[in-house]
Order: sequence, then structure tokens, then C-alpha cells
Amino acid sequence: MALEMRLPVARKPLSESLGRESKKHLVVPGDTITTDTGFMRGHGTYMGEEKLIASVAGSVERVNKLICVKALKTRYNGEVGDIVVGRITEVQQKRWKVETNSRLDSVLLLSSMNLPGGELRRRSAEDELAMRGFLQEGDLISAEVQAVFSDGAVSLHTRSLKYGKLGQGVLVQVSPSLVKRQKTHFHDLPCGASVILGNNGFIWVYPTPEHKEDDAGGFIANLEPVSLADREVISRLRNCIVSLATQRMMLYDTSILYCYEASLPHQIKDILKPEIMEEIVMETRQRLLEQEG
Amino acid sequence: MVEGAAPTAKPGINDTATPRPACLQPSSHKPISKRPQAYLRAPHSHSSSRTGNEIRGSRARALPDRALVNCQYSSATFSTGERKRRPHGDRKSCEMGLQLRQTFEAAILTQLHPRSQIDIYVQVLQADGGTYAACVNAATLAVLDAGIPMRDFVCACSAGFVDGTALADLSHVEEAAGGPQLALALLPASGQIALLEMDARLHEDHLEQVLEAAARASRDVHTVLDRVVRQHVQEASVLLGD
Repeated sequence: MALEMRLPVARKPLSESLGRESKKHLVVPGDTITTDTGFMRGHGTYMGEEKLIASVAGSVERVNKLICVKALKTRYNGEVGDIVVGRITEVQQKRWKVETNSRLDSVLLLSSMNLPGGELRRRSAEDELAMRGFLQEGDLISAEVQAVFSDGAVSLHTRSLKYGKLGQGVLVQVSPSLVKRQKTHFHDLPCGASVILGNNGFIWVYPTPEHKEDDAGGFIANLEPVSLADREVISRLRNCIVSLATQRMMLYDTSILYCYEASLPHQIKDILKPEIMEEIVMETRQRLLEQEG
Repeated sequence: MVEGAAPTAKPGINDTATPRPACLQPSSHKPISKRPQAYLRAPHSHSSSRTGNEIRGSRARALPDRALVNCQYSSATFSTGERKRRPHGDRKSCEMGLQLRQTFEAAILTQLHPRSQIDIYVQVLQADGGTYAACVNAATLAVLDAGIPMRDFVCACSAGFVDGTALADLSHVEEAAGGPQLALALLPASGQIALLEMDARLHEDHLEQVLEAAARASRDVHTVLDRVVRQHVQEASVLLGD
């Protein structure tokens, strides 16, 4: 096995190669945003001595009279209607606790879970006892946010057949701020794999199922062996997503696809090397700019 | 939970044999490299810290209206002149952890995160005096990087008093000499003090002078941290695009 070793080098700022300055108002904690008392304060700010002061490091966003500071990197803040990918951490009496990279564990109530076969009925005591048969600790699920509690905890539901337990695939964890909000977060990429872009920063890459099973209701885990070609596509996609995240690019189906195509000349394991990563992401950026302009 | 530090490229040799300047010049701070979760290289001590927003903390201790701040301090075996293995729960670690906790409870806006726990882990890699100050500065960067809302930066420095002169940022030799030592943690924008601690006895006439030296040094640290953070935010903002 060949081993490659590298020495640490000083990181050169990535934005130099882009050659442009940010047009936004950037603040750090303790900075005064404004002394005008007419504004309402939003997230990331606090009132101190008649002045509006920033409490996180990020960019100031202003919507009419509301000022908030969007931090560079935060935990996931749930909003109703978001798609999330989460991992079950606990099985409690009538609900599951799901880890979704947010400040508090999310909750999946038994009544919000769709039963096998898609039937709609009142959950009985037997269902409660059989909870562990549906979802155990360590399982991955895709779900939608139903409601947000006052302290920020999020309540999930899997009421549609497209949500449910996830089978074979690869999970990539990135910062939630890198996932672009779109109309749909379930994508079947033409390169041969499918991807679920969770708003909480958990991205699930899996082999495209051959036929859509509507009767299973998302519980039967498909454990058939995945072919080598599919596995290579999935590994390459995973490395591309990691390199996009390292270079802080927004993640959506087009950017992932362009990055995949830009990485085809390289070997899968080379994609993670810093210089190749930069090259691929630079090419992706170019293509995206051309497409928009 | 996010992982530890990336070392800067050049090794630093701190020369304490030269005559000691009375207060720290801003240029004598080595550039502080800020990778995720901070690695701070101050002239005497190096420390690395990370924060974990672990909510798997004990439910019994969770406070209903605010977040619990939990700080843990540890010292690497190679941090002092003699290689010494320090057991994890020893007195100095606990005391330092408690001081850090007091400092950060004053600075972090804990009301915004009820029922959760914020963990701050600091490890000292090279100790040559001023370890509390280095820990506070590193932890500030880590908390900032995690996106946890804070009132302001927390910048700290130690100060002492020798032969009628106030000295800032004491080295280990100066601390061991037995004179009075002051540790100050400051919120620079408002000038509020998060923690002020002193060992040994100092005449009250001299307190003003020593406090002033520590405050000035803390503000100098703030200048450096501020510049590094702004650069980082600027870079990230450009990369993310519009």
C-alpha cells in the first residue's frame, strides 16, 4: 500500500483567487450595528445601552425594519416544511428522539409516523410496544419538520411514503448554512445515484432504486448487494460533496452534478487532495457562473 | 462536536533571557492562526480549545431557562519543562475549569439556549506563564466559531508588579518568583470585566497601575483576534457568494 505524506503549509486565503470583495456588512461580537432605535432586533443581535450590538460573527441582513446577523456557522434551526435526515438516538414511550445537528434533539412522535402499508388508524398500545421494531437506536431516517417548539426543538413527521427509514448509502455531514433551499430536496442525479439534501446539513447519497415501491412505506431496508459501478459513483459523489463543503460552496443538485463531471478525469481518492479540490471547485464555479450569466 | 487544532507552520522559541518590556507591544503577538476551533499562539503559552454543543448532558442538571456552560481544562504532559503526567480531575484543572466557566457564563448569552449545555474543552500545549489568559482567548475564538451568541470577545492577560513597575503577560519564571499576579478577563467594547483574580498581596496604591497594564494588554490581544476573525468572516462570505 503506497503511503503519501504531506507537511503542514500555511493556508493561503481562498478568496484571493476569486479576487472580489464582499459587499455585505460583516460584524463580529461586540460591534455596534446601528444606534437608530427604530429597528427591531432579530437573531444574532442584542440591545445594549441604546445601541444594537452584534452577538455572533457574520453578515448583517436587513429586511425592512428587522435587523439580524446571520452567523457563519450555526447548528440547524428548524423551520416548518424543511426536509431533514436524522439519526435515532433514543426510543421513548410514545416517541423517538432524533439527532439532527440542532441544539436540542428533535422529536418524532409515534402518531406522526406512517405505519407499514400506509394505513391510517389510531395508534394502540401494541404499536407502542412494537416501536423498536420500526425504528431502533442508530437508524437513519428522512423526515419533514412538522412544528417547532418554543425552545427551538423540532417535531418531525414521516407522513408521506417518500420519507422513512434509509437503507444503504453514504451520509455526509456538512454545515446547514451550505444547503440551498429549493423546491425539492430529493434528487435523482443522471450520473447514476440519488441524493437527499437535508436542510440540517446531513446529505444522504444512495443508489437509485430500480422501481419505486409504494407499498413498503419506507420500512423495509433494501439489503441487496450494491454493484461496484454504483458504489464508485456514490464514493465519487461523496468526495465531491466534501470538497464543495470544504471550499464553502452552496450545495444543490446542479452544483453537485457539475462538480461530479469536473472530477471525472481524476481518480476518486485524489479528489480529496487540496490542490485537486481547488481545481475542481474552481471549474464548478466557472460553469455555474456561465450558466447564470 | 468538532475536532482539534492545526498547528502553524513555524516553531516558536520564546526567549525569556532578554530584558523584559514593561508592557506588551502589539507586534510581539505571533499571528494567531484561526482554523475551526481555535489554536492560539501567544508569546508564552499555546493552547487549543474546542466547543461541543453536547445536549447529551445530564437531564437533571439542565436549567429550564438558560444554558449550562461546562468548561474542562487539561494540560498536555509535554507542556512544561519537565514531562509530567497530570491526572484528569486534579485540583488545578478543576479550579481552572471553574474560573473559565465563570468567565464564559458572563459573556455568553445563555438565555437564548434553554435546557442545553455548552461544553468548552481547552488543552494547553505549551505553558510558560499566562495559561489562564491563553485559555480564555482560545476559548473565545472557539465559541465564536461555533456560532454561539456572546456579548463581546473575552480577552485576557496576566499582569504583575516588580520593583515599582507593572508588567503585563508574565512568563513562568516571573510567576514563580513569587510576586503579586493579576489575571484579568475583559470585554473590550464595553470595558466590562468578566473576571479579575489576584494572588499574593499588593498595596492598593499600585492596583490601579497593574490593572491598567493588564487592560491595555488585553485590548492589544483584542486587536489581533478581531483582525483574524474579520479576515475569516470576509473570506467565508466571499466564498459563499451572494
